[in-house]
Amino acid sequence: MHSLKSWLPLAGLALLLAAPPAAYLLGEPYVVSILTRALILGIAAVSLDFILGYGALVSFGHAAFVGAGAYTVGIFAHHAHAGTPVFDGALGLSGSESALVAWPAAILVAALLALIIGSLSLRTRGLYFIMITLAFAQMTYFLFTSLERYGGDDGLILWQRSQLPGIHTANPVHFYYLCLGLLIVFVVVLRRAVDARFGRVLRGAAENERRMHALGFPVYRYRLTAFVIAGAGAGLAGALLANQDTFVSPELLNWRHSGELMIMVILGGLGTLYGPVLGAIALILLEEILSAWTEHWMIILGPVLILVVLFARRGLYGWLRASGKIRRG
Amino acid sequence: MLLFLEQLLNGLQFGVMLFLLAAGLTLVFGIMGLINLAHGSLYMLGAFACAAVLALTGSFFLGVLAALAAAAAAGLAVEAIVLRRLYARGHLDQVLATFGLILFFNEAIRIVWGPRPLFLDVPAALAGTVEIIPGAPYPLYRLAIIVAGIGVAAALWWLVQRTRLGMLIRAGAADRDMLSALGIDTRWLFAGVFALGALLAGLAGALAGPLFAVQIGMGENILILTFVVIVIGGIGSIRGAIAGSLLVGMVDTLGRAYLPTALRLVADPATADGVGAALASMLIYLLMAAVLIWRPTGLFPAHA
Repeated sequence: MHSLKSWLPLAGLALLLAAPPAAYLLGEPYVVSILTRALILGIAAVSLDFILGYGALVSFGHAAFVGAGAYTVGIFAHHAHAGTPVFDGALGLSGSESALVAWPAAILVAALLALIIGSLSLRTRGLYFIMITLAFAQMTYFLFTSLERYGGDDGLILWQRSQLPGIHTANPVHFYYLCLGLLIVFVVVLRRAVDARFGRVLRGAAENERRMHALGFPVYRYRLTAFVIAGAGAGLAGALLANQDTFVSPELLNWRHSGELMIMVILGGLGTLYGPVLGAIALILLEEILSAWTEHWMIILGPVLILVVLFARRGLYGWLRASGKIRRG
Repeated sequence: MLLFLEQLLNGLQFGVMLFLLAAGLTLVFGIMGLINLAHGSLYMLGAFACAAVLALTGSFFLGVLAALAAAAAAGLAVEAIVLRRLYARGHLDQVLATFGLILFFNEAIRIVWGPRPLFLDVPAALAGTVEIIPGAPYPLYRLAIIVAGIGVAAALWWLVQRTRLGMLIRAGAADRDMLSALGIDTRWLFAGVFALGALLAGLAGALAGPLFAVQIGMGENILILTFVVIVIGGIGSIRGAIAGSLLVGMVDTLGRAYLPTALRLVADPATADGVGAALASMLIYLLMAAVLIWRPTGLFPAHA
């Protein structure tokens, strides 16, 4: 059983490593950029799974953190290009197109936003929590549409991808492996957090909050920490997404994207960390295939979603694991 | 001053629209424990059905009837096919499945009516203005919406407080399992309540037609506002839905009307207009945050 558990993610990793050369050999290089997009959204989906799958915190506003991260990179690049400081005044912070500056800033901004939203939302439970995270994300959306300085509704164009020493970010294959590397690091970090005491408290609180309280655990602080970590991960995904598209706009914060991230988590397997990556790839590929087939592909995707929710609760990862178990007898 | 009174009426009118949606959403949650994101789709369907029948017959009244019929029929179908299976599930499943329904409805409407928004005229009988406040003519149509909304609220109150069906609804909200243990066929009750909510959403959609553009996705923005309403009011409570709707309608309308002007007192006009407009669109969310810090379960929490 244990060997199987570690075997599946490794097989997936091998496939992901082999994908770009295979795509070029088959003469379909655009597949690399589709997969890059899936990996980036995979990072966001994994971060959502961390609070959704282990903490049972149904956050319906995850796109806000993705958007905040993306905008941070966009705004830094905008100022670097214009040669103006990001903040005026004594704390003059100059713009930058370096990934080593802009990406950590994106993570920090998203984490800070998660701290604010989380500290208010986590006072509530259940349905209230769902609606409040959705409403705060909507508020963040309006905040970004009102930034006339940064394009308002129309958004911002990045003139080039962030610069990173030793890696040619403009090259799609380099960028793919960069995203894959960051995804792996993020999944490993979260895996450790989930298996450690921190994850056990988080899961315990999801099972029985009162009991965890009685045991003396400050549940609110654990949850807030998890929420901030998830926000930071989504911020990293946003920074990468801004680079992938070389464009940011309030559309990134549209509430539908929060819904799509939740779908990726469920489709891949709730509370598995590996599953959401699979879910992200599956959803992006499904969208690509359906939209090539008909312009009205959403009329198929909608019912497919409903069927997944009603009948396939374990997700793709759970299904793969189960079928692997049977084959091994 | 006259302008202020007019804005108050606008706020009331917006609040009434929100109430029509919030009432259904909060009833469905209170009794079935279901969170239905597709409630906004029923609103959209009502608006499109009204527009279609209006174009065909020229009668707005028939359009409203068509909206009610279409929304109720779609509501019943969706309840029977999908939602019934979700009552016993967690909120996460409900959110995702009804999200799938939104995608389906948006695309279905795009196939039938095309992607372009429709614009409806105010019906001739309700065109023009009345001087309800001396010196400040107010559009008759908006006034009619206010009257209709108050009528619906009164009828709903009568239904819930004074009829046998209302008694069952209240009992269902208090303890669903006990109600079915007492021999009530909850399947019919749930379907009825859901149809009622759909009916109100369809009505809101039809009434919204002449005010806003009838377009795909029109239900989603107002759905999120409706969430804010029922979170502020307390989920499951009709009283809360009334209070929340009026509060959100007023704060949003007055904020948009006066915040930029108010900020001009302290900042230059360009900055004041920009910041004011941004702040105005965020105002109701700030209101929601403030209410939740003060009362995490809303102003009028229903039974726990």
